[in-house]
Amino acid sequence: MFLIPCPHCGPRAQTEFHYGDDARRTRPADDAGADAWFDFTYQRDNPKGPHREYWQHVAGCRAWIVVERDTVTHEILSAAPAKAGT
Amino acid sequence: MSNRLADGGLIDRGRRLRFRFDGRGYEGFQGDTLASALLANGARLVGRSFKYHRPRGVFAAGVEEPNALVTLLGQGRREPNARATTTELYDGLVAESQNRWPALSVDLMAVNGLLAPLLPAGFYYKTLFGGPGWRFFEPWVRRAAGLGKGSTAPDLDRYDHKYAHCEVLVVGAGPAGLAAALQAADGGERVMLVEQEPRVGGSLLWDRRTLDGRDGPAWAEAQAQALAAMDNVTLLRRTSAFGYYDDNLVALVERRTDHLAAAPAFTTRQRVWWVRAKRVVLATGAIEQPLLFPDNDRPGVMLAGAARAYLNRWAVKLGSRAVVYTNNDTAYACALDLAAAGIEVAALVDLRPAPDGPWPARLAEAGIALLAGHRLVGCRGGQSVHGVEAAPVNGGAAKPLGCDLVAVSGGWAPAVHLHAQAGGRLGYDEALGAYRPGPVRQAHESVGAATGMFELGQITGATVDDGDASPVGPGVEPAPGKVFVDLADDVTAADVELAQREGYRSVEHLKRYTTLGMGADQGKTSNLAGQSLSAKARAESNAAVGYPSFRPPYAPVTIGALAGADVGLRFVPQRRTALDDWHRRHGAIFVDAGHWRRPRAYLRNGETLEDAYVREAAHVRQSVGIADISTLGKIDIQGPDSLELLQRVYVNDFASLKVGRARYGLMLREDGLAGDDGTTARLGEHHYLMTTTTGHAEHTLSRLEYHLAVDWPELRCVVTSVTEQWAAIAVAGPSSRDLLREVLDGVDLDDVPFLAVADVTLDGVACRLFRISYSGELAYELHLPAGFAEAAWTRLLSAGDGLGVAPYGMEAMGALRIEKGHVTHAEMNGQTGAADLGLGRMAKAAKPHVGRAMSQRPALTDAERPALIGLVPTDGTTDFKGGMHLLREADVTPAPSLPVDSLGHVTSWSYSPALGMPIALALLNGGLAANDGATVYAHDPMGGRVVRARVVSPHFYDPKGERQRG
Repeated sequence: MFLIPCPHCGPRAQTEFHYGDDARRTRPADDAGADAWFDFTYQRDNPKGPHREYWQHVAGCRAWIVVERDTVTHEILSAAPAKAGT
Repeated sequence: MSNRLADGGLIDRGRRLRFRFDGRGYEGFQGDTLASALLANGARLVGRSFKYHRPRGVFAAGVEEPNALVTLLGQGRREPNARATTTELYDGLVAESQNRWPALSVDLMAVNGLLAPLLPAGFYYKTLFGGPGWRFFEPWVRRAAGLGKGSTAPDLDRYDHKYAHCEVLVVGAGPAGLAAALQAADGGERVMLVEQEPRVGGSLLWDRRTLDGRDGPAWAEAQAQALAAMDNVTLLRRTSAFGYYDDNLVALVERRTDHLAAAPAFTTRQRVWWVRAKRVVLATGAIEQPLLFPDNDRPGVMLAGAARAYLNRWAVKLGSRAVVYTNNDTAYACALDLAAAGIEVAALVDLRPAPDGPWPARLAEAGIALLAGHRLVGCRGGQSVHGVEAAPVNGGAAKPLGCDLVAVSGGWAPAVHLHAQAGGRLGYDEALGAYRPGPVRQAHESVGAATGMFELGQITGATVDDGDASPVGPGVEPAPGKVFVDLADDVTAADVELAQREGYRSVEHLKRYTTLGMGADQGKTSNLAGQSLSAKARAESNAAVGYPSFRPPYAPVTIGALAGADVGLRFVPQRRTALDDWHRRHGAIFVDAGHWRRPRAYLRNGETLEDAYVREAAHVRQSVGIADISTLGKIDIQGPDSLELLQRVYVNDFASLKVGRARYGLMLREDGLAGDDGTTARLGEHHYLMTTTTGHAEHTLSRLEYHLAVDWPELRCVVTSVTEQWAAIAVAGPSSRDLLREVLDGVDLDDVPFLAVADVTLDGVACRLFRISYSGELAYELHLPAGFAEAAWTRLLSAGDGLGVAPYGMEAMGALRIEKGHVTHAEMNGQTGAADLGLGRMAKAAKPHVGRAMSQRPALTDAERPALIGLVPTDGTTDFKGGMHLLREADVTPAPSLPVDSLGHVTSWSYSPALGMPIALALLNGGLAANDGATVYAHDPMGGRVVRARVVSPHFYDPKGERQRG
């Protein structure tokens, strides 16, 4: 029920967005090895406090954005396009 | 209305309303609640208690009511657990009491009261759900304990939701809320003021105060009129704020027609408002708390403020002789009001040894006896209170006081619920014996009594009389006996102590173990008292005990209101293709495919579904059929790096795909399992059209957008959904080319080989033709502007008249694809990889792609994995069923004896017109390589059937694909 400040559309209701993934992770190289791919595919942290997440504004501009959110208070600390310069 | 005072009250004596309670007819006045009308008729007994079936009467005068829960009937509805205290009376209202059998006055279940020692706190846990004890007790307990029964009939009422924004939302139109709203509105801010009652004024409706020379209700109404006249103010009555969520989103429920005998047309019964406010002012007031004493639950025992409300607002003569029991000044006014209304006050019993200030003097003036330093130690009565015993707090002989009304005040607790829901902290005020709002996390403030501040002049800015009374008073140790802490849940002081002794020290454990505060009232008059008892038992402060989380809703909300208009067809959005109307007019029966509605089959005279789909599928194999495949996801991909995107998301190679050609592609998920499939056509040098399955279109688009934004931002290409812009028609069957030749221009169909793409026109409209076959026949897919779909569809049908062209639906499409061994999401079920689906060779391309690394895990390359196979019944006739488990012969002989190891399961089945028998696709351990020709037994444990089947190739029909290339 919180608001996400979409960099393109302004503050919009959370219901317009879909959660995507943990934005602190990066996709391993194709040949990074089984352990790296296992971690990427299955391991997730469940941090308490500030967290970086990918959200997509599916019912708006469809941009993927990086949202920094406090998982305790739901405070949104920042929101920026996932792809720089867009 | 034997107990109605001769005059006074905010009721319209000119409008008599008839109503029925438990089958008996009564009368009330416009302005009554069900509770006030029952009391005015002398009906004291309104319910039976939750666990012990003790007789209970009205205890409060608002949402905090723990006892007077009734079932409202009539107007086609049955609403259980409605509070009589907030149910506005209307002419013809019908209500019945709850939790009694056979009748309210003769309740045989009251035997529970005698068995009380067997029903202690934690009874449910102690009898061990599922254990022999529970098995014995369950039917009896389930029947005996509880609330009203809901209805299983459809809800005939309509509800809606509304979204609103404002600068200031003021919750509560009592003195503080009115003042706050006027101040904000005068400043030019957009203001919403919401009041749960039908009238504004809050405590002014019964507190007999004067403000600026006017009586309270008149003053409040004048303020409301001033507000309503302002353009920047929205005033909603009968509207409760029930939830406070993040970013100042407040949920309200507006009861629009519940107070009317007949609802106007085109008006929803209730409306939920979602209000996003810049700031919120919580003027939610305070809720009076009781004092505890033995048998304090007898009908006739009620909160002192509630007693004043029934006297002053509803002109109800509550009894003939009253005892007022208090620890603070506020109940003195109650005693004075009772006396003024002609009710004898036997005594005011005050816990405080030496109450001072102006109130004791006023009491003396009115000739009312004051028993200072006393507490109540007993309460006599049955279906009504007969008397109490008061004894000195320091010990001493108890004095009996005959009475039929006990008005109790343990002080007033700020209604901090919304403040706490919003994430605000609470601070325990020892003097007040309650929590006050502390620091906030969101943009809201509390005002007035909601902060524990009760000075009316200061709150309103008006010149007021000298009627302020302090709610501050000491706590009391209840005398031994059956002391009810939580009336709604039948939680006693002994239960709270027992929980403490048994180690349930945490306030959250206390709540769950005893059910304290878990009733429909959510402990509004019991949580604080229970926590105080717990604190005493722990020998700690109330602050150390703390409070359980405050959660929405503040007061019960009907499920219908929460659902709003999103019921029936609106429960999930239904997507319909451009041809939907044609299908409907031509005998189609429909099936849901994701959010889409698709034709399942077109029934002709007297046909069953199976008749129809077998006919349709056979017709495609013999002649030509057309199908609406508009629901396929279509993603337009453009940009110089479009090919690179395809290379990275598909397992197979697209580098060799030439302009004007199409190719089947398989996508994996990052975990290496199959994600989605479809064909992608190259329309230009840097222009592709990707199709996806119907169900995964949105997800696949979202994943492509994710990769382009997050993983590969360097790729210069853009993906756009064109699913709804393009309708699509499959034209399939040996005569499909002949049919299209008649209607298409701009193309020589002999120059369109298998998997080619051509720009064509149909009646002058530009379309795209793809030679793609899902059915395995010579077939095409025609993509055309959605608005042109029906014209093209009917043109195809009429042009092909000589060919007997016929539409076919999803079921026939399924039969055709199962005959060909094509997979859908029944097989791509999130557990299968490319090799499992017989598509392993597609993944041989030496290029990185999504899912490649994980697809090489040992578990996914194990030869014993379940893999796609075909099944035919060995008797050539027996049907399969989706989800059937595949078992060994030994495990079904002589009959299946579960549990056994399953070797796999049937994913799809159909009757095959081509083979003339039922066929199935299945996932079987080891796949075809290990099982070709083997016999397995498909078992439906629910239906109890076993089908003996032979394992065959999943490519039942034309395995070499000669027909589609023809």
